Amino acid sequence: MFQWFHRLAASKNFYRLAEILGPLFGVLGAILLTLGVYRGLFVAPTDYEQGESYRIIYVHVPSAWMSMFVYMVMAFCSALFLIWKMKLADIIAEVSAPMGAAFTFLALATGSLWGKPMWGTWWEWDARLTSELILLFLYIGYMALRASIDNRGSAARAAAILALVGVVNIPIIHYSVEWWNTLHQPASITKFDTPSIHISMLVPLLMMALGFTFFYFTNMLSRARSVILEREANNNWVKDRFRENRL
Amino acid sequence: MTEFLAMGGYAAYVWPSFGLTFIVMVTIQLSTFSRRRKAIAAVRRQHAVNTQKNQQAGTGESV
Repeated sequence: MFQWFHRLAASKNFYRLAEILGPLFGVLGAILLTLGVYRGLFVAPTDYEQGESYRIIYVHVPSAWMSMFVYMVMAFCSALFLIWKMKLADIIAEVSAPMGAAFTFLALATGSLWGKPMWGTWWEWDARLTSELILLFLYIGYMALRASIDNRGSAARAAAILALVGVVNIPIIHYSVEWWNTLHQPASITKFDTPSIHISMLVPLLMMALGFTFFYFTNMLSRARSVILEREANNNWVKDRFRENRL
Repeated sequence: MTEFLAMGGYAAYVWPSFGLTFIVMVTIQLSTFSRRRKAIAAVRRQHAVNTQKNQQAGTGESV
């Protein structure tokens, strides 16, 4: 297992795997997002309490999930980098940060657009919203920290430590709706015994969530490949690929 | 169709949500593409530098 992991960590092997999986994930993501938007807007029934406004769920919840998922990927990769000095892990964390920030921004913005008609306010300093805003600051801080240190190794280490310290915010976001009284409604999906959402509404939501995940992975893999190409432009395997015109 | 666009009176909240998400995701995708173009250009530049160096050194390594 570890050997396999080690071989994958070699940028040449990762590059070969990513150039197959990347486009595959891209196609799967595009199909799921198209189906999810179609079913979410046209097929799913109207909610008896929230009317049509609930359809914001199909972009809000996947964004919010991704904001946390991408952070977990970043934190996990940061740990790999700090413990085993895996450069590839650092690259994945680096290219993930702007996308994580974008998903967090979307979660906050679409949440705001949902909160106005349902709660009567764009923003409330409650636990769920505040901890999600802190997540956005963590992403921004991570990118700013990386950008502010010239030495690549030091920048990577400092950023990795920040990412690991910030991971404490993730359970706070997740449990905030249980620990504190909040405007935000509790999770409707993750209690698997009795999901409080009807199946015809749930299916498009899961399609969107999976579509967002594939979308993140296809972009992450492509960006990681770009970073590898730049860093290893002088390595033989890159030169060979360049000559054979299959970068 | 008009009824669909009206979103039961919530059009002002539903459509901006979907529109914003669409814009952000398209931006992410375009920036991934331009990142890749940049990387390929960097490899090409490096390759040109190497070729020039080799010629100057007279190693005759043809590429």
